[in-house]
Amino acid sequence: MLKFIGKRFLQGILVLLGIYAVTFFLVAATPGSPFSSERAISPEILAQIEAFYGYDKPASERFITSLGNILHGDFGPSAVYANRTVTEIIAESFPVSLKLGSISLGVALLLGIPAGVLAAVKKNTWLDYVPMSAAMAGICLPTFVMGPLLALVFGLIFAVLPVAGWFGPEFVILPAATLGLYYAAYFARLTRGGMLEMLNQDWVRTARAKGVPERTIVWKHCLKGGLIPAITFLGPALAGIISGSFVVETIFQVPGLGQWFVKGALNRDDFLILGLTVLFAALIVLMNLLVDIAQVALNPRLKYD
Amino acid sequence: MPLLEVKDLKTSFYTRDGVVRAVDGVSFSLDKGETLGIVGESGSGKSVTCYSLMRLIPEPPGRIDGGTAMFDGRDLLTMGQRELRKIRGKRISMIFQDPMTSLNPYLRISTQLTEALRLHYDIDKKAAVNKAIAALEEVGIPEAAKRVHNYPHEFSGGMRQRVMIAMALITEPDLLIADEPTTALDVTVQAQIMDIIKKRQEDLGTAVILITHDLGVVAGTCDKVNVMYGGRMMESGTAEQVFYNAQHPYTRSLQKTIPSLQTKGEQLYTIPGLPPDVSKPIHGCAFYPRCPYPKTGLPEGNRPDLVELNDGHCYADCRFCDSSAPIESVLSTDVPEETEAAGAAE
Repeated sequence: MLKFIGKRFLQGILVLLGIYAVTFFLVAATPGSPFSSERAISPEILAQIEAFYGYDKPASERFITSLGNILHGDFGPSAVYANRTVTEIIAESFPVSLKLGSISLGVALLLGIPAGVLAAVKKNTWLDYVPMSAAMAGICLPTFVMGPLLALVFGLIFAVLPVAGWFGPEFVILPAATLGLYYAAYFARLTRGGMLEMLNQDWVRTARAKGVPERTIVWKHCLKGGLIPAITFLGPALAGIISGSFVVETIFQVPGLGQWFVKGALNRDDFLILGLTVLFAALIVLMNLLVDIAQVALNPRLKYD
Repeated sequence: MPLLEVKDLKTSFYTRDGVVRAVDGVSFSLDKGETLGIVGESGSGKSVTCYSLMRLIPEPPGRIDGGTAMFDGRDLLTMGQRELRKIRGKRISMIFQDPMTSLNPYLRISTQLTEALRLHYDIDKKAAVNKAIAALEEVGIPEAAKRVHNYPHEFSGGMRQRVMIAMALITEPDLLIADEPTTALDVTVQAQIMDIIKKRQEDLGTAVILITHDLGVVAGTCDKVNVMYGGRMMESGTAEQVFYNAQHPYTRSLQKTIPSLQTKGEQLYTIPGLPPDVSKPIHGCAFYPRCPYPKTGLPEGNRPDLVELNDGHCYADCRFCDSSAPIESVLSTDVPEETEAAGAAE
């Protein structure tokens, strides 16, 4: 298993290197520069700024330098916000996004998986139809509809929750619900499908013939296999929760990473874009590795190799 | 009092395309230690009969419409789920047709083997695993102490069926229902599996219901035989009565299909036509359209009831064809001449 993790880790490093290279040269090839602005700057000053940020050198040379810096944990300065480094920005806003993301994921799993199990066990009853219809609606509603809708209902009509900002625990609820409910819907449908497949297997009949109670059949015999589709979706779901946070963080004015991604792209803040890309890519690679480990742990027919 | 007495069992499936009367009035009884074979083609209702006894019919669409199945004085068909669970796996066990899909791939063999023991008896985990190892040894699994912790996919099909047998018999049940236990296995393994079932049955004094379409197996292992067709019993009696004095044209036709009883070089005999569609009403005799005997009338009225010939040997009274002649004489007229010539040349 250690060998498997080591191998996948090295693969992950290669993937990150590739992502970094592609992003770097795409950004470098984009017309314009982080330093062009409406105000006329004298060529001497511009040359001085470019020299400060290393933009007087060719892109290939800058690539090597920045790669070396990243390996030392230095993502460079922000090209737009003077006196701030990308590392600082990440250190400040990443915990916010991490909190929002993990609570959303928690909502998605804790709501979606039990709902899916229940729907599968009570197939074709109202305990199946009601949650599954809600899940279908949840999948169909994009977060930029769901978010304002929740804000309208709980923030304005009932006026029980704050609709914007990040000043205390109650501020987490609406953004986490917006993000979490959407993925809860997916997890519910995937879990229902997985559980139904398990419950229809021949070996469930064997268990019944042994006198095993239905509850034990669900939890002991079927849950492991029934969770596999949901676990498989966990990797893409995490990527989705991260990118989904761009929208949700903007709707609810959460000072997380998402807003910096948007600002970085709009401002042509090359260092910020690159730093955030590497961070997100690393997160997704890590999550996929964890998902692969979890799958082997759940399914004895798979092996680490 | 017999161990199991089934009377007029009726099980139907209520599908969108109509009511499928899979089992339509089946009665039989079984004593302790006895072996009953249920034979018939696919779709004749053999398996549904046994699943009904264990109440393993998926409901809906299935439903047990009537009848009783008295097991040790209590009716299996009407008892509550809690009571039923105490009988399943403890006093009645089952072996299924396909060992590749009947074991849970996500659980270790040890977990699955000990599950019934731990459910039905007050026994700690270690003692249960030791019993499981002994049970695996008894069905001939080498290195049982090591293998018991493996997963099903680490066993071959024949080995998995041995595990199924060990699992079914670990609680020393009074009755074992084996649903085509050798159908999914290759021929060399089939005989071994039947030997194991037979040996364990003798050791434990278990009664066995053996569902099969292999008449050879029935002749070798069963005390009693039920021949089923279209959800009903066509003939029943001791193995000797049914094999040496077959009355019903269907039983005789089935016998005719046993390959080893046919002349070498001759084309194997098959019963022409298909089993009846039990979702449509059947008049008279279900076998009438395929019956090789000369027809003496049109099939009308209800399906015939079983009549007793002698000493427990019953058959569905055949009123619509002349089955007095031995079947060879009926069929020999159909054998094409060139086949005979080829046989002679050999």
